[in-house]
Amino acid sequence: MSFDVEAIRAQFPVLAQSVHGKPLVYLDNAATTQKPQAVIDAIVDFYTTCNSNVHRGAHQLSDNATRRYEKARDDVAAFIHAPHREEVIWTSGTTESINLVANGLGQLLKAGDEVLVTQMEHHANLVTWQQACKRSGATLKVCPMTEDGELDLDAFDALLTDNTRMVAFPHVSNALGTINPIKLLSTKAKEKGAWVLVDGAQGIAHGDVDVADIGCDFYAFSGHKIFAPTGVGVLWGKRSVLEDWPVWQTGGEMIHDVDYDTATWGALPNRLEAGTPNIAGVIGLGAAVNWLKSQDMAALQAHEKSLLDYATEKANAFEGMRIIGKAKHKIGVMSFLFDNAHPADIGFILDKQGVAIRTGDNCAQPLMKRLNIPGTARASFSIYNTHQEIDQLFAALKKAKMMLA
Amino acid sequence: MQLPSSEEIIDDLAFFDDWSQRYQYIIDLGKHVPKLPESEHSPDKLVKGCQSNVWLKSEHRGGKFHFVVDSDAVIVQGLLALVLAAYNEKSADDILAFDIDDYFLQLDLESHITPTRGNGLRAIVGKIRELAQSAAA
Repeated sequence: MSFDVEAIRAQFPVLAQSVHGKPLVYLDNAATTQKPQAVIDAIVDFYTTCNSNVHRGAHQLSDNATRRYEKARDDVAAFIHAPHREEVIWTSGTTESINLVANGLGQLLKAGDEVLVTQMEHHANLVTWQQACKRSGATLKVCPMTEDGELDLDAFDALLTDNTRMVAFPHVSNALGTINPIKLLSTKAKEKGAWVLVDGAQGIAHGDVDVADIGCDFYAFSGHKIFAPTGVGVLWGKRSVLEDWPVWQTGGEMIHDVDYDTATWGALPNRLEAGTPNIAGVIGLGAAVNWLKSQDMAALQAHEKSLLDYATEKANAFEGMRIIGKAKHKIGVMSFLFDNAHPADIGFILDKQGVAIRTGDNCAQPLMKRLNIPGTARASFSIYNTHQEIDQLFAALKKAKMMLA
Repeated sequence: MQLPSSEEIIDDLAFFDDWSQRYQYIIDLGKHVPKLPESEHSPDKLVKGCQSNVWLKSEHRGGKFHFVVDSDAVIVQGLLALVLAAYNEKSADDILAFDIDDYFLQLDLESHITPTRGNGLRAIVGKIRELAQSAAA
């Protein structure tokens, strides 16, 4: 298969528009990705032809809906190389996936136990554990990173103890773009007998994720960062761990037997999926991973790398611009600051020129404090972005620099 | 420099047809508003936004409100100047009677005052109206 970025772009209808009279340059992909026609069609087709509740209907429409819904589970399981389909738990997104695990962990922790996270966490993979520790009397420890945005592996080793029960870290940092050595970190944590959760929100769209190979217990991600709708996500967990994990929300679908004063729980995956799920979202997510699998993944990755390399090269030549996050292994994200301008101002002026970026704390306030910066401007790239769009980004930045001087 | 009135600002901005001139005007306006000294950046004056922080100091003297604002972003500071043009040195009744949404609509800057932008501007307006409400009550 050869790679043609224009052929990819043509499948994303939203990209064809103009904003403020300028062609849209969408560089906010770490916040959410756009949706290809194949995903939009799958959602429309579900509502047009077989909308019905899943699992409980004694009729043809419900059978059809259930078949598509459970097929998506097979497709996602295959996409992340899950050994068992029932290890794929549908959630509303990465945040809910992590909350599901943290809520259960809070019931298992006791005073003296430790949870280890890193300095580069998104709030979703920090506040969740922080609160679980507060509830249970356990201690939260934070692995430091270097100025360049790489985890300090010696410190990681030192912070892992026999009391460590859970270790959580991002696959890819949303604010810095750092790709963490997740297999190595998982191995180290498993040697100490801790559970391991990988926040895959930013990792899932950028490469082959093989959950069995990583060696973690949990891998969490959102549909909307991988070309699927918002409001649907996945918690993958090892079957042996999920089988006994404390249940999260209770209600319909997740039970085995109910009396007025007692209830028993169903089997995986149902025991962790209470209530009517986001059926259309799940079907959209199934369509998204199938669409992605049908592309030349190696070519997509090479294209994404070339975008980041090109942008980094231009940034290094741009006077007064400083890249935040200079890890050796990076993907998708270029966070930056100007010497003499606030990131919010840069964002306003770029928007007027049709260039969409994120500005602010990137949902990582402690990380911004650690780096002693007010926030960043962040351009984030996806498979449909072009080198020409990066030229447009830098032309817009030049204008911003002039106006803010 | 004396801050122009909200009517004057509407007229001034209508004069520009190019967005960058409009933004330049807003930035310049912000530069002419006295900034709250950093020593007064206390937590009670901070209005947090996820894109930038703004500070607001208020005094109620002689039946009128006196505001000092500060932002670490120059366009936000300019937008705050637009807000001050409407609210500063005004009575509680005048503040409550002023239609800020319509004002920003006339300035063609309504996107900055909607809840979609986390720049603290809407929060500042809310806080000013709250102060006016308790003074009027």
